[in-house]
This record gives sequence, C-alpha cells and structure tokens, in this order.
Amino acid sequence: MSGQDSYEHNLLARASLDHCVKCTICETQCPVAAVTALFPGPKYVGPQAERYRQGQSVDRSLDYCSSCGTCTLVCPQGVKIAELNSVARAAMKKDHMPLRDRLISRTTLMGAAMRPVAPLANAALACRPLRVLAEAAVGVHRDAAMPTAQRQTFTAWQAKHQPPDGAGRRGTLVYFHGCAGNYFEVETSIKSVELLEHLGYGVLVPKQGCCGLPLQSNGLFDTARAWVRRLVAQLDKAPQDLVIVSSTTSCSGMLKHEAREILGVEDAALRAVGARTRDLCEFLLAEAERGELPLDFAPLDLTVPYHAPCQLRGHGLGTPAVQLLRLIPGLTVVESGAVCCGIAGTYGLKKEKYAIAQAVGQPLFDKVKEVAGDLAVCDSETCRWQIEKACGVRAVHPVWLLHKAYGLS
Amino acid sequence: MRKLNADVVVVGGGSTGTGVVRDAAMRGYRAILVERADLAQGTSGRFHGLLHSGGRYVVADPLSAAECAAENAVISRIQPAAVERTGGLFIVGPGDDPDFGDVFLAGAKAAQVPAEEISPGAALRLEPRLDPKLRRAFQVLDGTVDGWQLVWSAAASARLWGGQILTYTEIVEIIRGSEGVRGVRAVDRKTGEAIEIECGFLINCAGPWAGRVATLAGVRPVEVVPGRGVMVAMAHRLVNRVVNRCAKPADGDILVPVHTVCVIGTTDVKVADPDNLAIPRAEVRQMLEAGEALIPGFQQARALHAWAGARPLVKDDRVDDSDTRHMSRGMAVIDHAARDGVAGLVTVGGGKLTTYRLMAQHAVDAMENQTGRRHPCRTADEICPGQTPGRNYLVSCRLQEREADRLDDQIICECELVSRRALLGLWDEFPQASLDDLRRQSRLGMGPCQGGFCSARAAGLACATGKADGAQATGLLRDFLANRWLGLAPVLYGDQVRQTALDYWIFQGALDVDHLPAAPNRPAEPPAAEDQGSPPTRRQASLACSAGPAVAGEGVSL
Repeated sequence: MSGQDSYEHNLLARASLDHCVKCTICETQCPVAAVTALFPGPKYVGPQAERYRQGQSVDRSLDYCSSCGTCTLVCPQGVKIAELNSVARAAMKKDHMPLRDRLISRTTLMGAAMRPVAPLANAALACRPLRVLAEAAVGVHRDAAMPTAQRQTFTAWQAKHQPPDGAGRRGTLVYFHGCAGNYFEVETSIKSVELLEHLGYGVLVPKQGCCGLPLQSNGLFDTARAWVRRLVAQLDKAPQDLVIVSSTTSCSGMLKHEAREILGVEDAALRAVGARTRDLCEFLLAEAERGELPLDFAPLDLTVPYHAPCQLRGHGLGTPAVQLLRLIPGLTVVESGAVCCGIAGTYGLKKEKYAIAQAVGQPLFDKVKEVAGDLAVCDSETCRWQIEKACGVRAVHPVWLLHKAYGLS
Repeated sequence: MRKLNADVVVVGGGSTGTGVVRDAAMRGYRAILVERADLAQGTSGRFHGLLHSGGRYVVADPLSAAECAAENAVISRIQPAAVERTGGLFIVGPGDDPDFGDVFLAGAKAAQVPAEEISPGAALRLEPRLDPKLRRAFQVLDGTVDGWQLVWSAAASARLWGGQILTYTEIVEIIRGSEGVRGVRAVDRKTGEAIEIECGFLINCAGPWAGRVATLAGVRPVEVVPGRGVMVAMAHRLVNRVVNRCAKPADGDILVPVHTVCVIGTTDVKVADPDNLAIPRAEVRQMLEAGEALIPGFQQARALHAWAGARPLVKDDRVDDSDTRHMSRGMAVIDHAARDGVAGLVTVGGGKLTTYRLMAQHAVDAMENQTGRRHPCRTADEICPGQTPGRNYLVSCRLQEREADRLDDQIICECELVSRRALLGLWDEFPQASLDDLRRQSRLGMGPCQGGFCSARAAGLACATGKADGAQATGLLRDFLANRWLGLAPVLYGDQVRQTALDYWIFQGALDVDHLPAAPNRPAEPPAAEDQGSPPTRRQASLACSAGPAVAGEGVSL
C-alpha cells in the first residue's frame, strides 16, 4: 500500500510543476544555493529536473537540498518544490541508503540508548578523538551539534508529576512532546506542561513515538509512513475532541502537512489529528488574542535574539512566539531575519554537508552573536542545538521565558 | 552557378528521402539529397513521436501492422539514440466496446504483433493516471521516436557512405532528355546561388509536396491528399508509456510520451495546401477532450504547444477522397517509366515514419528495377554513426549529462537543459543556422517557457561569439519568437497563459523587441499556419490572455 500511495502522491506534487513560470524567486531565496554551487537550486532540481525523471533520479546533486522548505513557501505560483525534491530524493536513495542516514533518523533509538548512560554519552559526544572516529566510521561530522542526553526522560517525570490544584478548570489538552522532547529537551517539555497547568488546563500525555520526520527527510519513506500512522493512533488514544498542543514545531508540522504533502499519507485520522494540533505559541497567542491569557508577567530585563525556524514558517502561522514574548515587560526580542540555521533536522550533521550547513547558518550566527548576551530563543530543537554549538550561547524554546515570567522558574 | 553530378538525386529531406539517400549511398550510388528547408522540417518533424508497435493497425491493416512490428525492432537497433523503448498500452475505456479487445488480440496474433492482456489493476500500477474505470488493457511494444534525431542520424550515415545533403535548397526545374530525367536545377535559399545537378535518376520523396515535384517532371499528376493532423504537447509526461485507445482508430486516441513532454494526437482533415496548415481552436479542443477520455484531469494539465502536420497520403481510388483516415497507409511507390513512360523517375508516397527505412528500400529497389543494376539493401544491418549499440534514449539522459557538466558550463535553455557548449557546438557545425534550426537539433525553447528565457540568451550568445551582430541577433530572436507563437496561440489557457504573459512582457515591455533595429534574416521557413505568421501585437496578446480555456466556450480566434 505504501509504495502505491507514494506514487500517487508523487503525481499530485508532480502536477504542480506545471505552474512554474521560471520566475526564479525560489532560487533567490534558497539558503543552500546561496552558499554552494554543489546544489543546483530548487527550480533546477524541482520543476525543471522532475520533467526528466521517470521514477528514477539520476541527478545526485539534488541530495544537497536541505529540505528547509523555503522554496515552496516563497513560490508565488504554488509549485510544491520542496515536496517534489523530497520525493525525488527518496527515489534516488532507495537502492543505496547510507547506514548513517538510517541511524541518525532514529531519534527515539538514540535517546533511549543514551539516557541510561547519559553522562558517559555526553562525554563521548564531547570527546574529539571519538568524534573523529565516528566521522570516519559513520559520516557524522566531528564538529556537528549533538543533543545532550538527560538522565530522566520527560515521561518518567510526567509519571510522578502531581498537577497543581486548578489544573483542568479550563479544560483538558493533549500534549505532544516529540521524541526530542522526551529524551533531550526534557526541560522544555516540563515547562510546557507546567505552563499549561498554570493557565488552568489539565494535560494528558498519551504514550507517543516518533512522527517519522527524520526518516522522511532522509528518504526512508516506508518506515516514516508507518511511524506517523502509529503516532496518529497513539494520539487518538486520548479523547478525540481535545486540542493537541505541541512544543516541537517540526514534528507538529509533520502531522499538519508534511505527512500528506510529502509522504502522501491520505487518511482521515491523520487529517483529523493534524487539524486539531496547535503549536504551543500559536495556542497561547490565540488565548492572548481572546483576552484569556493572564498578563501578570514579571518583567524580564533582557534582550534576546529570536530565530523563526524554517519548519515553523512552513506552518504558515507567522511568528506567534515573537508576539507572545513581546507581552513580557522589559523583554526585547530581536528577530534574526535569517532564512535558515543550516541544520535542517539532520542535514548539517552529515560529514559532506556540514560546511554548507555552517555557511547557511552564518548570517544567523552573526546576528545571534551581535544581539545575545548568553541566551537565544528558537522554537525548534535541532535549530537550538545548532545555534548553541555555533554561537556558544544557551538557546531555549520561547516557553522558557514565559515560564520564568509567570514566576514558575 | 554550382554544378554537381550524381547517379541519383533525392528530392525531399524528410525521413523517406533521407532513408533513400542513405540506402542509395550504401548501395554504392553517388546520391545527392535536396531539401527546400531543414531536414525533417516538414512532415517528419511534425508528428506525435510514436514508433508504432503495429498495434494500431492489427485490425484494419494487418500488412502495415506486420511491417511496423518488424521495422520498430530494426529502427530501435540501428538508431537507438532516436528511440525510447517506452512500451505501450491499448486501453478499453469505460465507454468502449470490450469485445473489440478480442478482435484486437486476434489481429495482433495474426499480424505477429506482440500483445499481451494485463489486468486493469496492473495497467493502473504502470500508469496511475489512467481512467480507473478502464475495462481491459493490452501491453504492446510501442516506442517513441524523435523524428529529427532519426533523420539526422540517417543523414550522417548517408554522408559517411558519400551521400551529399543540401538543405535549404529548392528544386526549380527537372531537366528531361529524350531518355528521361537527366538533371535538376535548384537554388540555395540561404545564399541565392543557382545549382545544377546532372543525374540519371530522380527519386521524389517530397511527401505532401510530391505532387508538385511530379508536376515539375511533367508527368501525369500524382494525387497526394494532404491530411492535416493537429497535435498538442503537454508540459510534462503524464504517462511514461504510449497510451492508445483500443477501439477503431479515431481522432485523438494516442498519447505519446516523447522527450520531456507527452503529445496527444491527432485530428485528420483533408486540406488543399500542405504549406498552409491552420491549427484550428476547435481541433485543439477536440484533442484536449480526447486526452481527458484517456487521462482524467487532462484538461487541467498545462498544454505547451500545438502544431499541425500533413500526412502524405497517396490517393487510393478505393475510398472516397474526403476520408483520409481510411486511405491506405501502405507505402506507394510509383514507377514513372511504367506509368508515364518517363524513365529515371520514381515517386514514393504514403507510409509512416516507423517504416521509413523499408519504404526507402522499396524506392531504391524500384530504381534498380528500372536500371537493371542490383545491389543488396544493407540499411537494416548497419548501426548509424554516433550511436551506441543497444543504448536507447531515456528521458533522464540529458539530466544526467548536465549533472556531469553543469558546474563548468552554463545552461542556456533551462527547460530542455541545453548547455552553452552544446549550443555553440551546433552553431559551429551549422554557421547559417537560425535559432529554429538549432531548436530542432537541440530542443532549445521547446520546454514549458517556450523560449521565454533561452531565446534572448541564445541571441546574446550569437552576438558575444561573433556569429551575428546586434541587428542580426535581433532578427534571429524575432523569427524564433514568431515561430513559437504559432504553436502557443492555440493553447493559451491555464498555466500557459501565465507563462506567455510573462514572456510577452519581458520581450515587449522590457526589450521592446519589435522596435529594435533588426537585419532581415536568413530565409524564413515555409509558413506553417495561416493568419498567424507574425509575433503577437499587444492587442493580440491581451486577447489571448483573456481568451479563457480553449476547452470551454469558443475562445477568441486569433
């Protein structure tokens, strides 16, 4: 079944290539083409090259696309450029998927393996000789940003967590933390739940696995489809009339549009789950717009750079975090204005792409260093790791500042 | 005046003529081909690109079917780079008679045309865009062929064997002596030079124009009934196999994936003058509706270009001459010695591109029947030069080539991935070439934007490399745009309107191409369509843009 729905879907994305008028706007906005000639650019590998593909992709250079999705976002004619590229890349890699790409696309596995030995794992990841070995053996660049393993998972915290009185008086929400939110960004997940409970919501956390996004962006479509379907079923274990709130932008984007637009997964359950999924900041800003968000923030005398990740822009929401953070007195939020941090999920980890990813991120790094004291704000976890590594600052989800301004930390 | 000498002059540089000059040269004759425009510029470049498996003729014309099946294999072998072995399907649609499938299979068996029934589900897996309600499906060995590549590689082979090919050379007189044909007079249309070729034999392969050439020879009229076929290319391949409707052959029942596009064809309307082929909107609409019957949603896909070709059918007294579809497609070889008492003259007509080699063989055999000299035909045995045995064209070929050289070469035509080096190489080979000549060689400007971006780049390249001065380059550009416009005007709806409006604004609004100083150019090609011979005026373009879908309502006739 999966093989077939991918092909049908490919045809749908393919049909959108007819809209291209060669205006070249996508190429002027592509952050990868701007820094390397190795990538021929989104117009070239998308609507142009697709006319030459017959279920096979002979143009290996398309693998330099980082899947940031900027091209689709800026196309004035509605060509699904990034989607075309993702599908073509999956076809290209089908016969020779590198072991590295199979490994790094399994965040859950990495998190579960690292947690019991977290200090050791972190030390290993910080150990240069080991990283040099890993680069040679697996192809993960020695300097690439890596997550920090935690001793306790979010679900372990959640199991022992006692909600404060009043949590639930405004209703119940489902929380979608994503795998990084369970294993690596535990603090972000905890703060998200505490914040929602502080606002009066009861929070349900159904058992949840990976959304399949890293698999998808590495071209492992069949497994990605199976995983996103499983996740949908898991989220559906909670009452199906509840809003799902997520602090993981890229994974919620998978539920909201990428699973359909790239993997071609067409089913009613996915559509329904996607439709009731909200990005955490989107959800809170809507509360604020309705006058339902308490504005009793303690002042934070801070200037922070904020970077809107590509994946968030793909949601088509604007930048709710910026509007939200600007409600905090004393806090100055400076938008990075940069297109992409370069990491694009797992792209910037790869040995052959690391330098490109760093060059893509350079304008962002410059801006962060110019603005930041020791703190930067960004919605997406892999982007935060990239910013931290490149700029030597702490990069946090916007919920950290809200949590603090409410006096919860 | 240039004087030449040959054993045989071949008139007409389509597939048949080129096949004849190759065959004659391989048999050891000194052969010269004269063509009034470019090779394959007339009929052989104006078809849908189908290399018949024979399936289409198994019921109505089993002999043609068997010939097609055999020649398909030969052409795929001797000219592999011109042929993509796509395979084909015959589809019994929801509105078609399922019993015709049995008639089809029986006919295929009798004509020895390989055909195999597959389940509707299997057909949909092969081609997911087919109508899911299809009732029966048959797999055949249809392929697709680039008429220009086919003709050029045959021409290259002819040259290798000593054959001469004179393009843009028009016959003005056939000289007859008491014993028959003894020479021709012609004129080089690019230089104006007069040419006289002394020869003992003339083979008339002028296709739809064969009647005129016969008239020059002063023989009893040869009646050729040009059948106009309108075809529409869509912007990308909606199918990767040839899709035929499994029913009695009718208009618009073949969808052919050729290069990066797919072509729906074709209508069949008797016309008086093969130089004057209109592309009526109603026929374009008819093709789009026919496409919809094969592929649901076809009319929403982007149409790229429309064109008309003339079938060179020789009149057959058995059927009413208003019905060209049911006229014999079998080849006709007329021996004028027997028919008219004029020795040294043979006229070839009818036939199909798929069987061009066989037709050429029959034509040269007919010449040898007259002259009494006998040599074996070897055209089926030898692979044409520049071809790698067994290496057929694949749609991905050019993308693979650019993948190898894109970092050190500029891409001039982005849609068809024509590199600067490739284009300049052709230009060096054909210094007199118009942009349209280069287009046929390279596919320059044949993609979705229809020259909107590459034509100005190519004209600039002509200037930058000293092939033309500014005024000449402007002339090249204008002629090219005018020719593209002929095929764009009939399909201005949907996505192609947006493109054309953008292109139009670039050329008229930014470059003001109509008012730049331009030099008169090398001879223009024979007009291909009536009343559409000039680039769009502002008013025409604005009308075109507001014409709405050609498929709904009348549209605005240009």
